[in-house]
Amino acid sequence: MRELLERGGFEAFDEVLVDERLARAELRRQVGRLERELARLFGEAFGRVEIDHRVGARSATPRALGLADLEQLRDQLADRVADARGQLARQAETEAANRRLLAAMIADPAGHRWVWISRADVGEPGCGGWHSRPRLGPIGMLMGWWQVKVSSGCPLAGRLAAVDQGLEAQAPRPSPLGTCPRAAAGARRRARCGPPRQP
Amino acid sequence: MSVSGHERPHPRRGRVSSYVAAEFPGLGISWIEVAAGAGRSGESVRNRLGALSDRFYGSHAVQMRQQPIPWAYRVFFRHVGLDPDVTRTPIEGLALERLREGAFRSRGLPADALTIATVETGVALCAFDADRLEGPLGIRESAPGESLPGRPGELPHESLVMTDDLGPVGLLFGEASAKHEVGRATRRTAVAAIEVSGVPRIAVEEALWIAASELGGEVETRS
Repeated sequence: MRELLERGGFEAFDEVLVDERLARAELRRQVGRLERELARLFGEAFGRVEIDHRVGARSATPRALGLADLEQLRDQLADRVADARGQLARQAETEAANRRLLAAMIADPAGHRWVWISRADVGEPGCGGWHSRPRLGPIGMLMGWWQVKVSSGCPLAGRLAAVDQGLEAQAPRPSPLGTCPRAAAGARRRARCGPPRQP
Repeated sequence: MSVSGHERPHPRRGRVSSYVAAEFPGLGISWIEVAAGAGRSGESVRNRLGALSDRFYGSHAVQMRQQPIPWAYRVFFRHVGLDPDVTRTPIEGLALERLREGAFRSRGLPADALTIATVETGVALCAFDADRLEGPLGIRESAPGESLPGRPGELPHESLVMTDDLGPVGLLFGEASAKHEVGRATRRTAVAAIEVSGVPRIAVEEALWIAASELGGEVETRS
């Protein structure tokens, strides 16, 4: 055995050309599978939790990648998939805990005073949520009449527009002297606002 | 032969160099030539872009990468070293544009025709001035010192390029050479589809015929 080890050495293998094509094909197959998995996880996580799905380019222009590049790409994709699975699992645990809390809150509103759970907290799409609050305001608070209110969902477009208008109305005015109505043209207006703006 | 005719000629299939074909089984290029050039899109094309915009939502964009054809292009982009979240695949690029702009904006022909065909089928398309192509299209690796005619700088060695008999006419999934771009002087347009593994042949043919139909010219069947 010792003779064999001493005689053989590995120098002879240096001149053996290894066809890496099959290895590259296998790595490409793995990259495809990981990309599919990452796409599935991305779709599942969208809107719930932000996952890092980016894997940087290996080349500025398209080219046939070598074995080392493909291995690095495969490893990075595998890392992203593992991270994404972990994040989704943690998110699922949090949502499950929130659902249990919601069930307890609905069963006993007085025991969960002022607790607010949004739909996003339990992994559901849309706006709104559940709020434990007293019936009839201060009276209910004094009497211990607590209830869970379900919010009515996303605000309507009309209400959003009203909010925008309200914000515009609250915006600081352009002149410290106040706005100058068009009808109030005259020497006094010019003194306050300067000459009329040319179109 | 008219595009609307019941017998459609098969698109021509280009050559893929033996090394590239061995590395990327399923990679190919097919094209048809249409007697049409650049110009403003007609009302029917703009209407169709509008209809496509109306039935395309954000949820489509999010779920798109799980569908077979967009996924196939994403995987191919990974295989050739590109990041599909930076260098977008054609269908994902259009989806992003739709979400940002609120609609598929008209950019004239042949761009609108390619947009419609790509959104309908997911297949990557590009267009060249057919009269400036010499011989059949193909895909190979670039040789040292090669460049795209009319574009500054040399191509990085061993980049995957689309070629004709004279040399590169465009980078694969990238810009076309200035010489072969479709412009005002173009009379005949070559619409090319880039096939990758996982994209069914029927989708490729459908994409080419939709693009030809939107371009509006006669499809030429010379071999």
